[in-house]
Amino acid sequence: MRTVDFAIGIGGENGQGIASTGDILARIFARRGLNLNAYNAYQSIIRGGHTFLTIRASDGPVRSMGDKIDVLIPLNQDAMDRHLKLLTAGACAIYDTEKVKPGTPAAGVQLCPIPMKELTKGNKLAANTAALGATLQLLGIESEPLEAVVTRQFKKKGESVVAENIAIARAGYDYAANNFKAFPFKVPKPGKGLGVITGNQATAMGGAAAGVKFYAAYPMSPATGVLMWMAQHARQLGIMVRQVEDEIGVMNMIIGAAHTGCRAMCATSGGGFALMSEAIGMAGMIETPIVCVDVQRAGPATGVPTKTEQGDLWQILGAGQGDFPRIIVAPACQIDLFKTIPELFNLCDKYQCPGLVLADLLISEGTSSINPDDLAFNVKIERGELILPNSNGASVKPGSGYNDNAYWRYKNTTSGISPRAVPGVPGHIYTAATDEHDEDGTLISDEFTNPHKRRMMVEKRARKMEAVVHDIAPPKLIGPESAQVTLVGWGSTEGVIREAVEKLAGEEGIVANQLPIKWIVPFHAAEITRILSRSKHVIMVENNYSGQFARYLRSEAGIAAHGHIRKYDGEPFMPHHIVNAVKEQLAGKTQLSVPVHEVLA
Amino acid sequence: MSSLTEPPAVAAAQPAPVTKDTYKGRIHPDWCPGCGDFSVLSALQAALFELGLKPHQTLIVSGIGCSSNLPGYMNTYGMHTLHGRSLAVATGAKLGNHELKVICTGGDGDGFGIGGNHFVHTMRRNVDLTYIVMDNQIYGLTTGQCSPTSIKGMITKSTPHGSVENPINPIPMAIVGGATYVARAFSGKQKHMVEMIKGAILHKGFSLVDVFSPCVTYNKDNTYQWFNPRIKILEEMGHDPTDMHKAIDRGYQWGEEIPIGLFWRRSELPSLEDQEPVLHTGEGPLAFRPLGLSQEQGKALIKELL
Repeated sequence: MRTVDFAIGIGGENGQGIASTGDILARIFARRGLNLNAYNAYQSIIRGGHTFLTIRASDGPVRSMGDKIDVLIPLNQDAMDRHLKLLTAGACAIYDTEKVKPGTPAAGVQLCPIPMKELTKGNKLAANTAALGATLQLLGIESEPLEAVVTRQFKKKGESVVAENIAIARAGYDYAANNFKAFPFKVPKPGKGLGVITGNQATAMGGAAAGVKFYAAYPMSPATGVLMWMAQHARQLGIMVRQVEDEIGVMNMIIGAAHTGCRAMCATSGGGFALMSEAIGMAGMIETPIVCVDVQRAGPATGVPTKTEQGDLWQILGAGQGDFPRIIVAPACQIDLFKTIPELFNLCDKYQCPGLVLADLLISEGTSSINPDDLAFNVKIERGELILPNSNGASVKPGSGYNDNAYWRYKNTTSGISPRAVPGVPGHIYTAATDEHDEDGTLISDEFTNPHKRRMMVEKRARKMEAVVHDIAPPKLIGPESAQVTLVGWGSTEGVIREAVEKLAGEEGIVANQLPIKWIVPFHAAEITRILSRSKHVIMVENNYSGQFARYLRSEAGIAAHGHIRKYDGEPFMPHHIVNAVKEQLAGKTQLSVPVHEVLA
Repeated sequence: MSSLTEPPAVAAAQPAPVTKDTYKGRIHPDWCPGCGDFSVLSALQAALFELGLKPHQTLIVSGIGCSSNLPGYMNTYGMHTLHGRSLAVATGAKLGNHELKVICTGGDGDGFGIGGNHFVHTMRRNVDLTYIVMDNQIYGLTTGQCSPTSIKGMITKSTPHGSVENPINPIPMAIVGGATYVARAFSGKQKHMVEMIKGAILHKGFSLVDVFSPCVTYNKDNTYQWFNPRIKILEEMGHDPTDMHKAIDRGYQWGEEIPIGLFWRRSELPSLEDQEPVLHTGEGPLAFRPLGLSQEQGKALIKELL
């Protein structure tokens, strides 16, 4: 049962401590057992600019940042000017009396000016803490949780800083109690405490659970969080973590490590992925399993480094010259990232091919609450036909280590999968070559370019993919089959589409269902065709300009959507964007809707 | 279409005695007759034999180019990777299984041209790798274009009026770049080359052996005949390989007298692997360790999120 659903927006400049203020709030809500989602719209500068963090919390499911702000905390005039006009009756704005002038709010919006200088005794850095105290008071949350989290946050800075911040938080709390009108609801404490996780943390933890022993990266927003988590936990978990000279080196290095038998992984964004392309082909050719995460951001080229997009689909589909098997998956949210990485490693080990993950800034830098019970670290680990020297793999074949020609690394089997020995195993010597090679690894060009062998090896590798589709879950239709409209999305849009579907039913009387698609390659074309051929009206929702997935759906399933909702302004969808677009499309006004992002207008 | 065939059955005979030929691969090199790379291949096989390295514990990693075909001609584990990427792949392999002897081979275009970035960074990391460059100062496999080590003025298919660019000199570059064993050899002096390669393999840290390996087909300037009278062996000249400045001076020497031998060595610096505690937990190579986390490790990670 959903009893509360509220959102707090904190706006200001980079460097004003917005992220840490958001962390404190998120932790307080999660510890109470509330579900939450936090999204930070920020700029690629270290100081200045405009940043707007939205944290939405509820005792019901929270799958997106939602549509409204209940508490606005503008830390500067710019933030007040941009966001006050979006507040509606019942909302409030908490700000520094001296620093920010409010303007005219809509009727029913409560202005909450606080004399920050007085409350913080002149400590400019602590204004956020006072605003936090006031916010909690208005939400009907006791002050103790804030004190606990403030202690956690400032512990490293010493006792006096902790004590000062607790006093300031309390002053903000008391000031609000005496001067402002609290919300009509009190935020409940629904039960078991939850954790807080970003998608990048979830990705890294999924890798650790899968048994990643080698992680390499070149720093690139919005994927750097994975590197930071890995670097921090490397020694504790026994993971070799390297920052490499460029992404070309990253991919080649993880292939080297994977070739010796390690589970090896990297994460980057579209630009870094572009540099990795040729080496991904190498992983396909020498049949070495690796996992690479592309945390998409707005492109092309450097694009908008701190903004989200689903613009890399075709880059990933076509990465590397030539044809070779690859597995591509687009997880929907933070917990899905955690669960998908080990599953993908198992598939890549089994099929000896590269595995590519399409994440994006929205879910990877975005924060979500997480139930600790959902973080199962005892994941299933299956390494396929791997031969390690210490019987840690599937089989051990003895050999003298000298002149043993009985092992063919690229043996042409009926499944296309050839038992994979790694360097160090006696009696299995071979050369893994990026040139086309024979079953024993000999370069085909060494004898003469043999068209029959070339054909056999192309087919051997390709044949592996025939079975993969049976190992992955087909997409499922969510909602009534007889709905008026079916919203199709892929990857990170699953949550916001789900909320739009609920809104359409609850507020507009429109019955919609949704088909979220996660596995891109291989593609469950038959099942998707079966589902969508029964749909009355198919609308494709995606975060890019050209409808990349719509095109893919046409090429793989022969299905052309009736309409499209696309957004390519760098910001994610909000539920009402989709609701309004569906309404206009069902009314026959357009087949292509491009919602405007009002929040940062 | 070929049918699904089985590899030939091998009789469980007594292993043959180990000889230099043990290190020869199944395939005969397809290099041009007279290519300097034959000498390098033979010297490498001799070095491995003399050091008693086990073929299955040796990994030879190459890039792309004539000389990068070398791993296929060896009876050791091999990787024939992408153009310019051998050092990056080899670094990953060495860290994945630090008990392997990892040797990289390639050409001057592969290492100093397209792979230049990895060359610089692998040196400064002092990864325990041996890098043998068959430097013929020309692009052979692409049929004779200018290389990063082609001398100024050289006429090639891509520089018909003579190259106007200054060449890279890998010896001083490696010395200042952080390589801890820097040697040069010449295909015409195979015994000397064997010693240079053995020293490089035994050295703990990044070792470079830059070999003048003449291209008899496309480089008509830097031929055996051109090198022979010019080559002087540092070991016979009283050179002190622990003197960095003299090593750099010797490295720049070019013209009537061109030194080969060990220019520079320092042994007091730890390698990258030495400095990574993850490799020294007593659990052996990363590649062979059990996967997954313990319940305690999982619990600790979850606690961080609360």
